[in-house]
Order: sequence, then C-alpha cells, then structure tokens
Amino acid sequence: MIRLALREFRTEGIIGLGLLIALGIMLLVTGVHVVNVNDAFHTACRAARNCSSTSNPVLTVDGPLQHALPLIAMITPALIGLFFGAPLIAHEIETGIFRLSWTQSVTLRRWLVVKLGIVGLASMVIGGLVTWMVDWWMSPIDAVNMNRFGLSSFGYHGVAPIGYAAFAFALGATAGTLFRRTVPAMGATLAGFVGARLAVMYWVRPNFASPAHESVPLPINGGGVSFSPVAAAAFNPPSVSVPNGWVYSTEAVNRAGHAPTAHYLLNVCPAFFNQAPQAPPPGGKKTAPASAVTLFNNCVDKLSKTIHTLVAYQPGSRFWPFQWAEMGVFLAAAIALCGLTYWWLRRQYA
Amino acid sequence: MIEFHLDGRSGVPPYQQVVQQVRHALRLGLLAVGDQLPTVKEAATSLTINPNTVSKAYKELELLGLVAARPGIGIFVTTTLSDDSLAAHGPLRQSLQRWLAQARRAGLDDESIDALYKECLRSSAAEDVA
Amino acid sequence: MTAIIEADGLGTRYGRKWALSECTLAIPAGKVVGLVGPNGAGKTTLLHLSVGLLQPSAGSISVLGGRPGTTPTQLGRVGFVAQDTPTRAGFSVADHLRFGRWMNPNFDVKLAEERIESLGLDPLARREFLQGVIAVVVDSGTSVILSSHLVADLERVCDYLVVVVDSRVQVAGEIDELLASHHRLTGPRHDRGALPRDQELIDERHTDRQSTLVVRTNEAILDPAWTIEQLNLEDLVLTYMTRAGTQDRRPKLEARS
Repeated sequence: MIRLALREFRTEGIIGLGLLIALGIMLLVTGVHVVNVNDAFHTACRAARNCSSTSNPVLTVDGPLQHALPLIAMITPALIGLFFGAPLIAHEIETGIFRLSWTQSVTLRRWLVVKLGIVGLASMVIGGLVTWMVDWWMSPIDAVNMNRFGLSSFGYHGVAPIGYAAFAFALGATAGTLFRRTVPAMGATLAGFVGARLAVMYWVRPNFASPAHESVPLPINGGGVSFSPVAAAAFNPPSVSVPNGWVYSTEAVNRAGHAPTAHYLLNVCPAFFNQAPQAPPPGGKKTAPASAVTLFNNCVDKLSKTIHTLVAYQPGSRFWPFQWAEMGVFLAAAIALCGLTYWWLRRQYA
Repeated sequence: MIEFHLDGRSGVPPYQQVVQQVRHALRLGLLAVGDQLPTVKEAATSLTINPNTVSKAYKELELLGLVAARPGIGIFVTTTLSDDSLAAHGPLRQSLQRWLAQARRAGLDDESIDALYKECLRSSAAEDVA
Repeated sequence: MTAIIEADGLGTRYGRKWALSECTLAIPAGKVVGLVGPNGAGKTTLLHLSVGLLQPSAGSISVLGGRPGTTPTQLGRVGFVAQDTPTRAGFSVADHLRFGRWMNPNFDVKLAEERIESLGLDPLARREFLQGVIAVVVDSGTSVILSSHLVADLERVCDYLVVVVDSRVQVAGEIDELLASHHRLTGPRHDRGALPRDQELIDERHTDRQSTLVVRTNEAILDPAWTIEQLNLEDLVLTYMTRAGTQDRRPKLEARS
C-alpha cells in the first residue's frame, strides 16, 4: 500500500520537488548576495564607528523578491491544500476509481492512513523547507527590523508553517470528501484555509499566553505624543516598539491605571487647549508657531508627572513557544479533519 | 475428441443439446468406446455456459449408461449406440441423397424437404404404434 | 455451505430516495448468479453493498459469512469489477498489475498476465471475459455474480437469477427451479381469486374473452380449462419487470384520491 501511495503521488511529488528545488536555487543565489551586502555594511560601519541599523542597505536589496518572499511562504500551504489535498479523495470519487481502490485486500482505514500519512508528511516537509529557506534569506533583514513576532510576519517564520501545510492538506482532503469533486473542493479549501489563518491570527494566537505589561514614562520633550480632536480631548501616547516582541497595545494611564478623562486633561493644560484650538503636529514642525510648541511641551511635561504609558506585549523570548503552540493548534485541527474524513467515508462507503 | 456447439434459437435447453450431441455422435460412430469427452471446464468455457449445465448433461449420460467418470482422469464412453446398423448407413445415405436430388428437381426447398421428412417420420411412427 | 450473500431487510438510500429496500436474499455458494434489472433498478447498489462500497441504511448483509469490506481477509475473498472497469489514468497495464500485487497479498501475477495475454488489449472481449470467469469457477469453486440489464447476456452462464426492479428484489432462485415452477396459462376469461391456493399469481392479462395468467407453483395444474405453456427465462424476467411497473403505479393513484 505504501508503494502504491508513493506511485500515485509521483506526479504531484515531482512537481512539488521541482518547484522546491527551483526556489531553493533562486534563494541560495540571491541569499548569498544579501549576506554579502550585510557583511560589507557591518565591516564598513564598524570601521566608521557608526552602526545605525536603519541605514543598512539590506533593507532595500532585491526589492521585488524581498516583497514577494513572504507572499510565497504564505501561499505555499494554500497551494499544498489545493493541489495535494483537494484531489486526493475527490479525484478517486469523481473518476469512479475508488471502486477499484477500495475493493482490494486493503481496508479503507489503512488506505486512508497511508495516503494521508505519506502526502501529509510530504506537505509538511515542503511547507517547512520553504519557510526555512525564506527564513534564512530574510534573516539579515529580520535582524534589522526585529519584527518577526509581528502579526503577519509571524506566519512565515519558524515552525508554524509546518502546521499550516498539514492543516491545508487535511482541509483539502476533507473538502474533497465532502464535495466529491476536485474543483469545488479547491474553492472550499482556499476559503477555509484563509479563514482559519485569520481567525487564529486575531482570536487564538493572542491568547496563547497573557501579555506582559510594562510602564514607560512619557517622553521628556513630548516626542510621539498626540492629542485626538480637542473636543474629545483624548491623549495618545507614542507607540512603543519592543525588539523582536509583539506589542498588543499602548495606552496612557494614570497612577490608578485608568485612562485620563477629558476633564482632567483640560484641567492640567488649560492654556494649551484654550489657546491652541488646532493641536500642533508633534515634534514642532516649521509651520507650528513657537508659542504653540512651548505650550504643547509644557503640557506633556505636566501630564508626565501623573500619567505614564502602559504597554501590553509578548516579549521576544516567547516567539518560539508561540510558534510551537501555533503549529500545535493547526496540527490538531489537521488530525481532527483527517478523523472527520475517515468518519465520513466510513459512513458513506464502508 | 468431440466438440460441442449450441443452437441458441432452438428452444432446447443447453444441457439437453449436449446430451443429444453425444448420443448423435455415438449413433454415427463418431465416438467409440474408450473415447474421452471434453472436461467440464473445457466444455463450459468453449460453449461459454455454466459448468453445472455440463455436469448435468454428463450426469444424465452416466445415468443412461453411455459414459462413466473415472475420478481424477475424465469421462469416457463406455458403450456405443451404432451397433450393427452402422453397416447399413452407407447404402441408406446413398439412396437418401438420390431422393434429395429428386425432391430438389421437383422444386422443394430445404424447409419443405425438412417438413416433409418430419411429417413422414411422425406418421410412420404413428402407424407402428397402431 | 455458507451463503455467498445473505441479506435481511437490507436497504440503503441516498437522501430520501431508497436505492434498494427490503432486500432479503440467501444466495447459496457455488453459483453463477445473474443479477438482472433495468438501469437504475438497484443492481449496482446491491453489488456496492456486498463489497463494502456502500453502507446499509437498514437491515444487514453478510458476504461469505462476513461483513463486507471490514477486514483485509474479507476484502481478499471478494473481488469486484465495476461496471465501467475503472482504470487509473496515467497507469500502464504493467502499473495496474503492480497495483494488483501491492494491494493484494495473494495476488496471482501469473494468472493475471495470462488473462491479459488472452484478452489482448480489447477490454470489451465479453466472450473471452466470460470464458475466464467460467474457468475460475471450475478451478476454484468461486461463486460469481454478474450484473446486466439484459437477461440474454447471462442466460447461458448463470444458474441462479435475481431480478431487481424499482429498488426491490422481485424474484430470486435457481434458474431451473424458476423455469419449472412458472407457467403461462391461457384460457377463457377468468376472474381473479379463482386460482387454487398453491398457485401464486404473478401476472394477469385479460381480453373480453380470454385470460392469460402467469402463475408460480410447484404442483401440477389440474384445471382442464387452461392451456399450459412453459416460460423461457426472458419471458420470466419480462413478466416480473412489467409486474413491478404496474405495482409501482397503483399506490400513486390511491394517494391522489
């Protein structure tokens, strides 16, 4: 049965492997260039004793490819679901070949376990390798941006994509079983996969661990602070970035932990709010009158005595636990889908 | 060895056709004592009929005492139906052929000849009984 | 001897429509069975149920004493050639032979190769196919079920008949027994219900003066008013098919009134 499963997977497997190798060669050639650019920059900046990472030229190297790679990594699992998963059972049913396959001396359960096992494993290997290659190519850039824990970039790093690939594959197989035709199954797989990824991203992943909190004093000169329309008089603290971490929210709170009320803000800075109906842009642009800038800075100074910024975030050290958890969630869903497929086939057939 | 054939339109059940063909062959001397009949498998596959049908025919032939099964070897003819009359076949055949030529000259076709022959056979059989 | 197929109240449905219902059968082993009925009557459904490609919605079925499709042993004892003999696109003949070997521990490669050689590349060599079936029946005592909508296809090869019409088994039995027990009676117009108890009325047709009945009985028919004829297999099947058709219409008329 294993030999048969391999033989039946031959065409798809060869195409998949071919694409993987092509991508690998392309990434190896261009990736070496990225590494060289990065190394050259670091050698040069160390000599100049000025290593401001934002001026690192790796951020712009191979522009189109750099933008395409996350996309490639993210659609790989979807393609696996469409082309490995959806036809796996739908093709058997729509061509009637199942009447040959399922009447040999191999039970339906064994047939399904072997087929799902082999193609599923291939899916996970391909999903994992594509991510690993993209991860490697992007690593000098990630070292500058320090945002791999970010909402969307999380999905093309680490081990979570192995879970995505397994899930997309299982989803395709299940959809093929339910729809009994390859093309509708492909449509359902794509919709289901995108939906599941977004749902986990927004509603599940944030709950893997409760966020850490940190209080940050307001900046001395008011940098990054802004006020919402004066009538509402809300106070927006500057955004805080946590290197390699994932920031959920930044809020301005008083000592009791509540957001300052509009009334309170007016009380602290009557001069600023009364004399400057149009809040000046922060940081004092040239167009803002000098007096307004002074008023603004005074106001922030006064507020910083009672108000600070509270950051809710996942520290960078939790990146890997989150990766494993996300992979676990998708793997569990994949296994559940395989079970559903078996149950459905068993109910419908033997 | 004898080869069977089936007439699908005759209305005679296949097993009876097999029995008749064996009897026929015995009568015409085409099968002699000690000759082997086709195995059930050979007969059934060549005729594309159910093997049980062949077995049934062979059983009937066995009951009639015409053949005997030697287990593991095959089915063999044990008796003959031709007896002494076989010697008379030659002259009878010649006179029949003469008669047939006569009938054709008189304008009878095969169907009419067949009908006439059967009618005569029936009426002479009836006379014998009477 | 175990029955090759034993069904009890067997039924299956797709949604609300029953593809086969109230099927009770006991087909003895060693038979070549003809499964006959119009297209869509439920023949394929019955076959799929017996190889485990379908699950019963009602009743039960056992094949050679086991539940269809459940174990490798059970699967290994039952072979199935689907209607359109599906083959895998992109698989050569050699690939299919390999498929057979990989999927069946007791696959007879030699036999399979011989078969392919004798068939040549014409998959529609029906006569050669049937000859192969007969050879297997004689050599190994395998029981065979052949399904067709034409009784003429199967008449010579089969010794057991199952007629399925409108998702129901209409008649099943040894062909010899069926032929011996069914009679066509022709005589002066005869009213219903006047038949002796041992005669089951299968079909009746009436004109002003004449009645033609088909009855099933194992006893002699003594009424001198009847001219008695034997049915051939084709007549017999046709009788059951038309009967199923008229029975089907009756309840519909009742439902409307």
